[in-house]
Amino acid sequence: MKKALQFLSENAIYFVLVVLILVIAFVDSRFISITCLRDILVQSSTRVIIALGAMFAILTAGADLSSGRMVGFAAVISASMLQAPTYLRLFYPDLPKLLEAVPLLGSIWLVIPILIAIIVTTIFGLLNGFIISRFGVPPFIATLGTMVIVYGINSIYFNLPPNNSQPIGGLRADFTGLGTGAFGSGDFSLPYIVVIAMLVSIFMWILMNKTRFGKNTYAIGGNINAAKVSGINVARTTVAMYAIAGALYGLAGVLEAARTGGATNNYGNMYELDAIAACVVGGVSTTGGIGTIQGILAGVLIFGVINYGLTFIGLDPYWQLIIKGIIIISAVAVDIRKYLTKK
Amino acid sequence: MSDKVVLLEMNNISKEFPGVKALDDVTFKVGTGSVHALMGENGAGKSTLMKCLFGIYRQDAGEILLNGKKTEIRDSKNALDNGISMIHQELHPIPFRSVMENIWLGRFPLRNYGFVKFVDHQKMYRDTKELFNGLDMNIEPDVIVGSLSVSKVQSMEIAKAVSYDSKVIIMDEPTSSLTENEVEHLFKIIRSLKERGVAVIYISHKIEEILRIADEVTIMRDGKVVGTWPAGELTNDLIISRMVGRDLTHRFPERSNVPGEVLLKVEGLTSPHPKSFRDVSFELRQGEILGVGGLVGAQRTELIEAIFGIRTIAAGNIHLKGQRIRIKSSKEAIRHKMALLTEDRRLSGIFSVLSVLENTLIANLFRYVRCFLLDEKRRKNDGEAMINLLKIKTPSAKTLIKDLSGGNQQKVLLGRWLLTEPEILLLDEPTRGIDVGAKYEIYTIIADLAKQGKSIIMISSEMPELLGMSDRIMVMCEGRLSGFVDGKTATQEEIMRLATQFMA
Repeated sequence: MKKALQFLSENAIYFVLVVLILVIAFVDSRFISITCLRDILVQSSTRVIIALGAMFAILTAGADLSSGRMVGFAAVISASMLQAPTYLRLFYPDLPKLLEAVPLLGSIWLVIPILIAIIVTTIFGLLNGFIISRFGVPPFIATLGTMVIVYGINSIYFNLPPNNSQPIGGLRADFTGLGTGAFGSGDFSLPYIVVIAMLVSIFMWILMNKTRFGKNTYAIGGNINAAKVSGINVARTTVAMYAIAGALYGLAGVLEAARTGGATNNYGNMYELDAIAACVVGGVSTTGGIGTIQGILAGVLIFGVINYGLTFIGLDPYWQLIIKGIIIISAVAVDIRKYLTKK
Repeated sequence: MSDKVVLLEMNNISKEFPGVKALDDVTFKVGTGSVHALMGENGAGKSTLMKCLFGIYRQDAGEILLNGKKTEIRDSKNALDNGISMIHQELHPIPFRSVMENIWLGRFPLRNYGFVKFVDHQKMYRDTKELFNGLDMNIEPDVIVGSLSVSKVQSMEIAKAVSYDSKVIIMDEPTSSLTENEVEHLFKIIRSLKERGVAVIYISHKIEEILRIADEVTIMRDGKVVGTWPAGELTNDLIISRMVGRDLTHRFPERSNVPGEVLLKVEGLTSPHPKSFRDVSFELRQGEILGVGGLVGAQRTELIEAIFGIRTIAAGNIHLKGQRIRIKSSKEAIRHKMALLTEDRRLSGIFSVLSVLENTLIANLFRYVRCFLLDEKRRKNDGEAMINLLKIKTPSAKTLIKDLSGGNQQKVLLGRWLLTEPEILLLDEPTRGIDVGAKYEIYTIIADLAKQGKSIIMISSEMPELLGMSDRIMVMCEGRLSGFVDGKTATQEEIMRLATQFMA
C-alpha cells in the first residue's frame, strides 16, 4: 500500500494527464480519436521546445522570462526573409532578384534565414548567461531585461520601411510546409513539426542524462557550493545553458512562423509563462536540481489537453484560465511540500 | 616532523573579515605521511585556515608552499589540481543525484562516440565500486544520495576525498556523524593513506580521537597558533589548557545581581528530531544569569528557540512562575514576557536598510498606534531614550543600522527587546563578532538587567565569557544536558570536559 502510494506520488503528473483525458472523453467520447490527438500534438510541439529551453533556468532555481519574446523575434526574422517572390508586400523587395542572380544561393536559401534566426536568439541566450554568471544578476531580472530589449529590437526591425509594422505574410510554400506538412496522409499522417519536437526532446534527454554538461547542470541546481568545490566551472556551464535555451527558442520561433504562415512582432507574447508553467507542472523543482525531460513533455501535454479538450467539450475559455491557474499553483504547492520540513 | 619531509608549508597567513581578524600570522607545516591535527575552540581559525588552503578563501597575506614550491591557490579546482582535497564540515552533497555522480562530480569519465563524448556510466559505476571495495565500504554506487543515512553520506565524502589521489587531505570534523565502528574504519583508512605518504590534516574537537590518530597537534586560539607538539607529548588536560588559556582579568564588569525565586522551570524538553536536544531539564531564577556552554552542534540554539516557541517540541513541560505554559509561537512567547536575541544578527536580527529608530521600535509598533496612524512624536522620544539608555553610538536616530558597528547594532537589538518589557531574556551568542570594547558594554547591560531582576539565559561558545558572566553554567553535548557548574568556581577545563562528555 505504501509502495503504491509512493509510486502514485512519484508519477502523479502522468496520472493527472490520463485522468484529464478520461474525464474529457467521458463528457464527449469523440475526444478519443486520432485527429484530436494529432491536433494536440501539433499545438504542443513548439511549446515543448520552448519549455525544454525554459527548463535550464528553473533547474538552477531561476526563471527565464525572455523565451516568449525570443520566439517572436525568431519568427519575424525567418518570416521576413522567406516570403514567396510573388507576394505583393515583401519585407525585402529586392531579395527575389538577388536569389535569382546567385543560383546556388537560391536553392539553399530556405536554410539560411532559419539559421540566422536561431543564431540571433542563441546570442541573446549567451547574453543572458553572461549577465547572470558575470554580474550575478538574478535570472528573473536578467531575463526580464533581455525580454524587453528583444521585443524592442524586434519591433524596430518589424517597423523598417517598406514593411512599416505590417504583418508579414505570403511565406514560401516549402517553409510553411515545415509547419503544416506531414509524413503520410489521412488519419495516419505524422506531422513534421511533431517529429521535430520529438527529435529535440530526444536530443535534450541525451544531453541532460548522458553528457558531462547535463550532469553538471543538475549538480549546480542541486547544490551550487558543492559544484564549485568539486571543480565545476559554474560560470561557463551557466552561459552554455542559456545559450542552448536561446537556440531552442529560436527554433520554436521559426516553427511558429512556418506553422501559422506569418509573423508579427507580437508573436510569442506570454509564451514564457506557459513554458514555466509546463515545467513546474511537469515536476521541475523551483528550488533547483530536479526535473526530467519526460516530465516536461507531460507538463506541456497537460496544458495541451486542457486547451484543446476543454474547448472540445465546449467549456468557456475563461474557465479554462481558472483551471490552468489552479493546476499551476497546486503543482508547486505539492512540490514545495517535499522540502518544507517543520523546524 | 624532523624525520619526515615537509610537504606543505603555510607561512605567515593572515585573513581579515569585516571587524574580525580571523587569521593572524599563522604558520603551519605538515610532513609527508603524517597525520597533523588542528585543534582550537570554535572561532579559533581552524576552518578559515583550511579554507585558505583549499581555495575557498583567499588569504590577505602569507604564502603557501607545496614540496617547497610557492603555490598560488586560486580556487577549489586549482587546489584539487595541486593535489589537495578536502572533506568539508558543512558542505552538503547533491541530494537528488546518485552516489557515483556525487563522487565523480567535476571529473566524470567520458567515452568517445565518434566526435561526441558521453559520460561513461559503466566505467563510473565500476570505478566507484572499486573505490568502495578498496576502502572496504558498503555503499551502492547508483542509489540516490538523499536516501542514504547521514553516516553513509559522510563515508561517501571520505571516499570522494580519497579518490582524488591527493597528497594532502583535509578532514574537517570527518567523524561528526559517524558511528563508533565507522570511526575505527576511518582510522584504518587514514593509516593506509599515511603509508602511501599522504599528509592528512585532521580537524576535530574530540581529543581522544586526536591522541589516537595524530602524529602532531597544532593548537590555535583567536586566529593565532599557540604551538605545535608531537601528539605523544600531549595529554587531554594539556590540550584543553592550551586551547582555552586566556587572561581573564578585567574583561567583565562587577556583578551585584542576586538570584531569587525560580521563575522558569523546564522539564524533559525533547525535540521531535532525533539528532536535536533531548530530555533537557533546568530551572532559571529571577535575576539569574544562566550560561549555556557546549560545542557547535550541542543543540543549544535549538533548545532556546524551542522554549521561545519557534521550534516544535515532542515531549516535556515548561512552567512559568509555577504554571504550566505551552508556547506555540514567538507571539505567545512575547506575551509571556520573553525575548530572544538570535544568534545571527544579520540573518534574523537587524533590518539593515531601516534606521536605528525603526529597528528599535519594530517589535512594539502596536503601542504607538493612534487612530490607525503611528504617533511619530512618541516614537521618536522613546527611540531616543533607548539610544541614550544603552549608550548606542549613532550619528542620529535616523541613521541606517547597517552603518553602525556590530556592537552598536547588537545594542539596538537589545533595546528593541527591552521595549517589550521582558522578564526573561534569551541571548544567543550576544557578543559574537563584536570587538572587545563593545563586548564590555554589552556585558555591563546584561549585568544591569540581571540586577534589575530580569532572568537571563546566555548561550556562548566563548568560555571566558561564560565564566565571567554566569551565575551558573549549563553545559550541553550533542543535544543532551551534560551538567551544571558554578560560574564562580568552575574552570574552563571542567566545561570542556562536560562539552565533550558524550562524544565517541
